[in-house]
Amino acid sequence: MSTPGILTGEFFINGDEASAEGAIAAGCRFFAGYPITPATEIAERMAKRLPQVQGLCLQMEDEIASMAAILGASWGGAKAMTATSGPGFSLMMENIGLGMMTETPCVVVNIMRAGPSTGLPTLVGQADVMQARWGSHGDYGVIALAPSSPQEMFDLTITAFNLSETYRLPVFVLGDEVVGHMSEKVIIPPPDRIPLVTRKRPQPSPECYLPFQAGDDLVPTMACAGDGYHVHVTGLTHDEQGYPVITAPVHERLIRRLVDKIRLNAAAIIRTEDVGLEEAQVVVVAYGCTARAAREAVDHLRARGQKVGLLRLITIWPFPEERIRRLAEQVRAFIVPEINYGQMVYEVERSAQGRAETVLLPLMGGAIHTPQEIVEAAEEYLS
Amino acid sequence: MADQKTEIRLAGFGGQGIVLAGHILGKAAALFENLNAVFTQSYGPEARGGACSADVVLSRGTIHYPRVASPQVLVLMSEEAKNTYGGHLADRAQVLIDEDLVQLETVPAPCSLYKIPATRFAEKLGRKIVANIVMLGFITAVTRVVSYEAMKQALFDSIPRGTEELNLKAFEKGYEYGLGQRSENGDQRSEKNL
Repeated sequence: MSTPGILTGEFFINGDEASAEGAIAAGCRFFAGYPITPATEIAERMAKRLPQVQGLCLQMEDEIASMAAILGASWGGAKAMTATSGPGFSLMMENIGLGMMTETPCVVVNIMRAGPSTGLPTLVGQADVMQARWGSHGDYGVIALAPSSPQEMFDLTITAFNLSETYRLPVFVLGDEVVGHMSEKVIIPPPDRIPLVTRKRPQPSPECYLPFQAGDDLVPTMACAGDGYHVHVTGLTHDEQGYPVITAPVHERLIRRLVDKIRLNAAAIIRTEDVGLEEAQVVVVAYGCTARAAREAVDHLRARGQKVGLLRLITIWPFPEERIRRLAEQVRAFIVPEINYGQMVYEVERSAQGRAETVLLPLMGGAIHTPQEIVEAAEEYLS
Repeated sequence: MADQKTEIRLAGFGGQGIVLAGHILGKAAALFENLNAVFTQSYGPEARGGACSADVVLSRGTIHYPRVASPQVLVLMSEEAKNTYGGHLADRAQVLIDEDLVQLETVPAPCSLYKIPATRFAEKLGRKIVANIVMLGFITAVTRVVSYEAMKQALFDSIPRGTEELNLKAFEKGYEYGLGQRSENGDQRSEKNL
């Protein structure tokens, strides 16, 4: 009996389950992970669903191995994913760097809880934002998406797979405990309404194939195990052939490409949701579950005729610095509520270049902002 | 804040099926009543025994903020949950309790109190574990936030195969008892207009 990969229909499921369904809809057929609250439901769902679609779900000994396993699966030709929360995300960092260096498409879901360390296992945090950007050593570009609802956990997991295949790197879905554990109606569309990106495979004969040679888009084609090409994959600095070349010029060329393939395509990657930005004097910049409180606050103020807008970051990395720079010429203040002691606020402040006030509304974790707190913060800057 | 929201909080201890009950209620609204519903939960690291709550927000409009601030419907199934989650109430809130597990004689006017021995009923039906479903039936009859049919469909969509008969009995028991309590309380309020 075969169960379809895409369960077209309407469901009342939580964000974690929706993410797992998104992965399967995107063609993910390999999951390796280690259970951790509040991401366990993703692994549970994958353990149930992947065998139904001839996929493989592995519980590994830890998160280091989980990350290694999905890199291997990806080089074997599979679309692969892991899911974790803060402590596991920390353990994955070394192999995330390997994935960046070897340009291995895969998806890492981090359902953020409050840290550091074990912190508040069952309660919400948003403090892994900078870790997602800079957590592994060395220079590389990253893509991270921040869903605000179970529907977006589904949609953006698919987007994450598509981006990972397009730009060849591990892509992060940076959810949070509230969105992961929240249930809402999730609509899974029919297969023909779900656009999927397939991996760009090499054209030339094996003799002339250079596995790390990229064209104008800066993204090399990828030959996988069994395709008949000779491929050497290493975490060492490597030339276009894939062999270690430990020199400054080769490193210069490689790192520039790893960063630029994201940096130069930022406009195509970045997605935001804009509410009332045209005339706004105050703009709330928010992401994840916090954006829901922010939206309620902004709607409330706008209903009273106040010139307030919301810039909801759907893509948080690369950061939409150009958007902020342009808005800064028009607004008095950016209000940045986040469940940490200040992370994304630094990006907003940097991009505003001193042209507008940047105000942090921090929460240390375990709770979410009330709309009222955001309303009051915005009102201070409204005439 | 334009569309009227109904905030519902269920609270008890881990193992009572509070989270499942809240999930079924949310599902009934979202899939079988054409309402928007957001279900969130709060619990500690303990597998069982700690106070836990399930919050459901219902609205005809879009629901952005997912949390329950002051519930119009508060369901309590343990003493500790009453102390942890029983604090804030909306003006005309309906408070539903398992009368064997929660000590509560009055609620501030004009709130109203409804009592059911849900766990005792469940034990009589043979399985204490269906106390949450007895309570769901009670909620359906007393609050009318979703219809009997929608809740029954959501219930059947959520429980393991082979347990339908027991769960339906539990649901019916709570529902019948709730209808009785409603008329006993002389509840003249019209159905919830969402």
